[in-house]
Parts: sequence; structure tokens; C-alpha cells
Amino acid sequence: MTETPHISVQNLDLYYGTNHALKNININIPDKKVTSFIGPSGCGKTTLLKTFNRLHDSSVDVRVEGKVLVDGENIYDPDAEVTHIRKKMGLLSQRPFPLPMSIYDNIAYGPRIHGLRNKEKLNQLVEQQLRDVSLWEEVKDRLHSPAVRLSIGQQQRLCLARGLAVQPEIILGDEPTSALDPKSTHKIEELFLELKEKYTIVLVTHILRQARRVSDFIVFVYDGQIIEFGPTEELLLNPKEELTKDYVRGFLS
Amino acid sequence: MKKRKFEEQFFKALMILSTSLIVGSFFLIVGTVVNKGLPALDWDMITRTPDGGFYIGKEGGVLNAIIGSLYIAGGSSLLALLVSMPIVIYINIYLKKSSWLGSITRLSYDVLFGIPSIVYGAFGFTIMIWLGLKASLLGGIITVTLLVIPIMIRTMDEVMRTVPKELIDASLSLGATRLEASKVMLRQVTPGILTAILLSFGRAIGDAASVMFTAGFSDNIPTALGSPAPTLPLAIFFQLGSPIEEVQARAYASALLLTIIVLVISILARILSKRFSKNKI
Repeated sequence: MTETPHISVQNLDLYYGTNHALKNININIPDKKVTSFIGPSGCGKTTLLKTFNRLHDSSVDVRVEGKVLVDGENIYDPDAEVTHIRKKMGLLSQRPFPLPMSIYDNIAYGPRIHGLRNKEKLNQLVEQQLRDVSLWEEVKDRLHSPAVRLSIGQQQRLCLARGLAVQPEIILGDEPTSALDPKSTHKIEELFLELKEKYTIVLVTHILRQARRVSDFIVFVYDGQIIEFGPTEELLLNPKEELTKDYVRGFLS
Repeated sequence: MKKRKFEEQFFKALMILSTSLIVGSFFLIVGTVVNKGLPALDWDMITRTPDGGFYIGKEGGVLNAIIGSLYIAGGSSLLALLVSMPIVIYINIYLKKSSWLGSITRLSYDVLFGIPSIVYGAFGFTIMIWLGLKASLLGGIITVTLLVIPIMIRTMDEVMRTVPKELIDASLSLGATRLEASKVMLRQVTPGILTAILLSFGRAIGDAASVMFTAGFSDNIPTALGSPAPTLPLAIFFQLGSPIEEVQARAYASALLLTIIVLVISILARILSKRFSKNKI
């Protein structure tokens, strides 16, 4: 890779108290592709994802060493401005958490805190983002009703749209379909495939089939370390490491 | 099997008994106050101040105490809200979960919560002497504020702790500052905040011990922060102590007024809280 990648992790170590949760992580996340982190529960894949937008800041007793470069800027630099970094990334969590306000305000929230006040532009933006996640037709008549009244699947797409509204470069998904039914899951996966044209997408998933369906690259994480990183088919069908082989086989056989 | 069924029945009966006890007490108390107070409750009670011979059974009312109580309860609830809000936001959103400062804060308000109101009254009185203040509306408001701050913080802190961390993370990850994330959180807990205000107001308007020395009493409606402020609980206290039957009946009428004020405030809070919870996740 010759250009600076959106996300580049260099010699990253993370400790929860005395627990060494991430060990010497080095990885360049490919731009405008879908990269999935897979691995057994508790291996550190979600922890790794959260280091990308410093969501650990508010957690107890977390210490981070090493660098995470986002567009070449080390986000763990004491001078780094965290709101600016987070704006570059949309986050989808395991369960959708719509903000306690209307559908419209959920989308407009991000742009508003970043200074957009023009009503017309906001209206346009809200419509655009809702169309991007194919939610517009379903909600256009009730934009001002509470977001919680949507179904869980719709809420998750709303959360995606809300993240996209601040014009990020990166989308982070922490098992974003684990609370959804198959149909909604399918919709979200399709969206990822469309969105990777414009965004760099990083997903954490424990569903190997999903990783295979949506991702271009897979990172296998085990015990806080990156064991293997490669193109999806290659990693799943011809894993180089024994650990990867065992893990992948457990799912595929 | 028989034993299990008996156990189920027995404890269910106990639960029903306790439940009816609390509902029963509510009606009994309200019933007594209404029964004894209603006959003495007339238009004069709420439109006139005790003119001259009120306490020996002549004409007059307790308008002075109603207004004084509303001033004190309203003022102290407002002040307490202004003090409590930053505290709960700080310990819930800015501090980490394991922070010692958070633990100490929680310990302090728990201790303050348990201190009887007469102690606040005595404390307020000491401070006022030290500052050279006379018993006044201001003194009453400040003392009652101290009394209700722990109630306010405790109630708000409890609801804030139920807000999922992911909700805060969601707004933070859109690039919000912590203060902006706090505003989102406040929307989520608005009903809880209204409850906190209501509980504080109820406590503030009903407490006699804290205002006895600090707010004083007078037959006039307080017109300035420096003038003494009569309150309903003290009005009830003085009237109940009278040997004259008419005056005693007026004590119950005053108690009824106090109850009605608290009731109206609770109903208002409930309506408002319903309104604000429609967006709640």
C-alpha cells in the first residue's frame, strides 16, 4: 500500500488493569473494502475495533500503548482531538441504540452538533441518508415520530444512517446484526456491499458465513493477537496458520 | 406438591395484605384530613391572611403560609436542581465508573440523605447567626435547599445509572462532546428528573423542623427575601396547639390545603413525565 491508509495500527498493546488484552497489533486496514475481524468470544476483536475511535476512554482502567493512525494522525496522541476523530467514523453497535428523539432528529443530531443549522440542507441530508439505508420509503410519513417505535431492524438502519450523516470515511460495526432477524440482517449486509464503494468498513462478527458474504478481507484474532490477515476466500479456504485452520474448520465442517 | 402450593398461596396472601395496608393508609390519612378539615375550609382560608384574632378563632386565613410555603418549596427545589444537575452529570458521564471521587460523592449524599431535618434547621440557624442574618425567606430557602439536595441527587443519580452506556457511546461516536452527550442523556431521563423535583418539592413544602428557626413566621405575606416567611407546616403546628376548637379545625383545613398542593404537583408531574417519555428508548 503506497498511500496512507485510513486506519493503520502500529505496535498496539492494550491492558485492562493487569490483563493484557491486545498484544502487539500491527495492521493496515484496506481502504474502501470490507474487513471483518473474526475469532472466538473474548479474543479481543471488539476491543480492537473500539480502539479505532477511542471509545475505551470512558472505560475503567484501560491503558493503551502504541499508535493508531487515522489518516496519518495518531489518535492516541495527547493533543489529538477526540470529537474530530470520532466524526470520521460511524459506529454500529450490537443492538441499535437510537437517540431518545424523533427519527428526523436522530439523523440531524450529528450534523447539528457539527454546526449545520440550515433547515433546507438538513431536510435534504436526512432524506438522502434515509434513502442510502433504504429506510426513506418506510418512514417518510412519520419522520417526527419517536425513533423507538421503529422495529429493531429499522432502528439499526437508522443508526447506520445517523452515523453516515456526519460524513465519515469509515464505518465500524460491532456484530451489527446479532440482534436482528434474518431479513433485516440480509438488508444490512446488502447495505455494506453498497457502502464499501464510498467507505472503509470494519466489522466484528462471530458469524463466519457473514464474514464470507460481505468481506473482502478477514482478520483472525485469537488471544489478543492477530494470527492471520488476508483476502476472504484465501483465508477461509487456505489458511496458513494452524490456529486459523482449526477455527475455520470448526465452522465450515 | 401440597407444600409448594401452600407456600405460593401463603406468600401471595401476605403480599396482598401489605399492598392493601399501604393503599388503606393512604385513604385513611387523606380521609381523616378531608373529614376534619373540609368543614373548616372556606374561601377565607385561602384568600386572607390571619387578621388580628385569627388564632383565637376570629376571621382570617392562611394565605400568608400558603404563599410562604410555595416560595420556600419552589425556591429551594429550583436551587437544589441547579446544584444537583451538574453533580449527577459529572459523576455519571465525566467520571469513570470506578472513580474514587464518584464513590465519595455517593457516600456523602447518602449520609446527608439520612440526616434529620431538625439538624439542617440547627445548622442553618448557626450559619445565619454567624452571618448576622435574621430568620427570613432567604434563610429558609437556603436551609431547605440543603435538606432537599441529597434527595434530588439520589433520585437523579439512580435514574442516570440506568441509562445504557451504549447510548452515551452512540452520541460520542457521532463526534459529540461529553456535554452534548449529557444533553442526550437528560432527554432520556427527563421523567426521572421530574420525579426528583416532585419528591424534593414534596419534602420541602412539608418540612416544619428546618424552617422553624430559619424562615421564622409572620402574619404577612413575605414581600422580600429578607422578610420572615410563614409556612403551612408551622401554621398547622401553631393552630393544632390551640385549645380553641375552631382553631384546631382550621389546622386540619390547612393540612388539607397542604395535601392538595402536593397532590396537584404530583399529578402535574405525572402528566409532564408522560409527555416527555414518548421518545425514551
